[in-house]
Amino acid sequence: MKKLSYSLAINEALHQMMESDPSVFLIGQGVKSPWYVGNTAKGLLEKFGPERVIDTPVSENAITGTAVGAALAGMRPVVVHPRVDFMMYAMDPVINEAANWHYMFGGKSSVPVVIWGIINRGGEQAAQHSQSIHAIFAHVPGLKVVMPSTPYDAKGLMISAIKDDNPVIYMDDRWLYNLEGEVPKETFSVPIGKGVVRRHGLNITVAAISYMVDESMKASMELEKEGIDAEVIDLRSVKPLDENLLFESVKKTGRLVVADGGWKTCGMAAEVSARVSENVLDCLKAPILRVTLPDVPAPASRVLEKAYYPTFKTIIDAVKVCYKHERGGDGPPCL
Amino acid sequence: MVRIRVCEESFVEPILKGEVRCPVHLYSGQEAIATGVCLALSGGDYVFSSHRSHGHYLAKGGSITELIAEIYGKEAGCSRGRGGSMHIIAPEMGMLGSAPIVAGTIPLALGAALASKIRKEKRVTVSFFGDGAAGEGVLYESLNFAALKKLPIIFACENNFYSTHLPIRECRPENNIFEIGKPFCIQSYRIDGNDVLKVYEVSKKAVGQCRKGQGPVLIEFITYRMRGHVGPDDNIQGTHTDIRSKEEVEAWLKKDPIKRFEAFLIKNRILKNEDLRRINQEVEVEVKEAHRYAKMSPYPNPNELTKYVFKEN
Repeated sequence: MKKLSYSLAINEALHQMMESDPSVFLIGQGVKSPWYVGNTAKGLLEKFGPERVIDTPVSENAITGTAVGAALAGMRPVVVHPRVDFMMYAMDPVINEAANWHYMFGGKSSVPVVIWGIINRGGEQAAQHSQSIHAIFAHVPGLKVVMPSTPYDAKGLMISAIKDDNPVIYMDDRWLYNLEGEVPKETFSVPIGKGVVRRHGLNITVAAISYMVDESMKASMELEKEGIDAEVIDLRSVKPLDENLLFESVKKTGRLVVADGGWKTCGMAAEVSARVSENVLDCLKAPILRVTLPDVPAPASRVLEKAYYPTFKTIIDAVKVCYKHERGGDGPPCL
Repeated sequence: MVRIRVCEESFVEPILKGEVRCPVHLYSGQEAIATGVCLALSGGDYVFSSHRSHGHYLAKGGSITELIAEIYGKEAGCSRGRGGSMHIIAPEMGMLGSAPIVAGTIPLALGAALASKIRKEKRVTVSFFGDGAAGEGVLYESLNFAALKKLPIIFACENNFYSTHLPIRECRPENNIFEIGKPFCIQSYRIDGNDVLKVYEVSKKAVGQCRKGQGPVLIEFITYRMRGHVGPDDNIQGTHTDIRSKEEVEAWLKKDPIKRFEAFLIKNRILKNEDLRRINQEVEVEVKEAHRYAKMSPYPNPNELTKYVFKEN
């Protein structure tokens, strides 16, 4: 183990995978420029050359399609979109082609591609430089969607995504890039579709993903002072969703707050809420609450921005509402 | 060419009878292009295609039995009944897939070409698309990237003058698709797509250029579809009639690529009329047998509806 920042953990995953597998290559806009991709691509061009570290013109549709096509021809490409908003241009190769391919050809051909979209928001960047669209991809059959929240997972999930035989949407939040944590030096995988309990607790479950995990941890520490013992779950993958981990936690606590950095309507939090109420409704002592972005485009002005993004304080407020609510009955029926 | 034609025409009756239900875009009239281009390729080369892809699949060596079974929606189909006529594939023959999103497979072909370049192979990739795809932005992005990286790819545009119902004069200010390669410094050709010998000759040259690292190449093939955009004619769904004039269709029927090549073979005493008859008969038997097999073979099991969404690692 060694201390590594989130972005350098991604970088280490790319170095190790490109070294061990000649079919892995990195393509996308700005892979030569830290201005675009931070230090995630540090040293790759020098080590692997321009044949496997390909900086491209601004052509998201063609370049993403190129990555998908290279995967069909036996490669394991990683295509990066340094700003996920621009990835909207690549919806055809991602949704029509990559996601459907294995199914529509009856399993005759698969698409081992990683489509990496960096969420890059805040700093008064406004509506087209701030979006977090993981729910859109999670909606589509055939795509897996992962959103690591720690340096350990950033590396382990990138490795899993590259090794996976299916298209994986890897979405990281630039707000996490300087976060430091313990990361093993060797190559390791974090399984896609498996969440993890970040803090054990008895009174309420807070299920979060990506940047909201850290906010949920901060919230849980504050709540502890007030005598509320929150369990924090880091889902890590939006799809497949680790249902069992969620259900077991809710069976124990009887209460759930879902914290997601995306929009509310038809978002990840809505999906988590639906799965829990479909499966463990009897265990719930209060309605499930969602902490998300409002259904509003990202604003520019700092004052509006501050009102826009949920923080640990928003989570604390939601937890308190949920905790006070009593649906009736004699305590948790599921223990 | 004859094999493609007979196969395509064999769907007319099953479509009209409702035995074939998936949208079928017949290739009749354009056979010289798939035949000539694929003949210039070798087994290891890749092709991608569009909604009108049966000809490319067959010319690249795809199984006719699996094609016909797919179109009937059967488990024995090349895509196990999950794709239908618009999603056919023969990976073992280098036919890496077809899809009807106009221009959607062009960047995929670009990726296959990039893969060969990274692996330092001599493989060439052909991207087949129609004139309609020249209206999609991704084609221009792809031409640029292909030229920038000198990728071994042939952009094969089959201009049949109609983007579904819309004539090319209503799609472009000028009928000049072959010229779109020039601003990207791409070697471009416009040729008679109903002349199989010419198609082969130019394709061979293009393949050679790509193998030498002098790609990409753009070829515009001028051709005409004898049937409707989808189905036997454009009135198949009762929604609109073929807007093409009778005179126009008849003039093109005279340029039928098969009749032209047959005339060439007879004139040059390469084959006799009886040889041509025999070839036709053999193909008829093969196609008939494939239909019989497809009709009696089982549909996919509904219990396997969710199979193949993901590949199990």
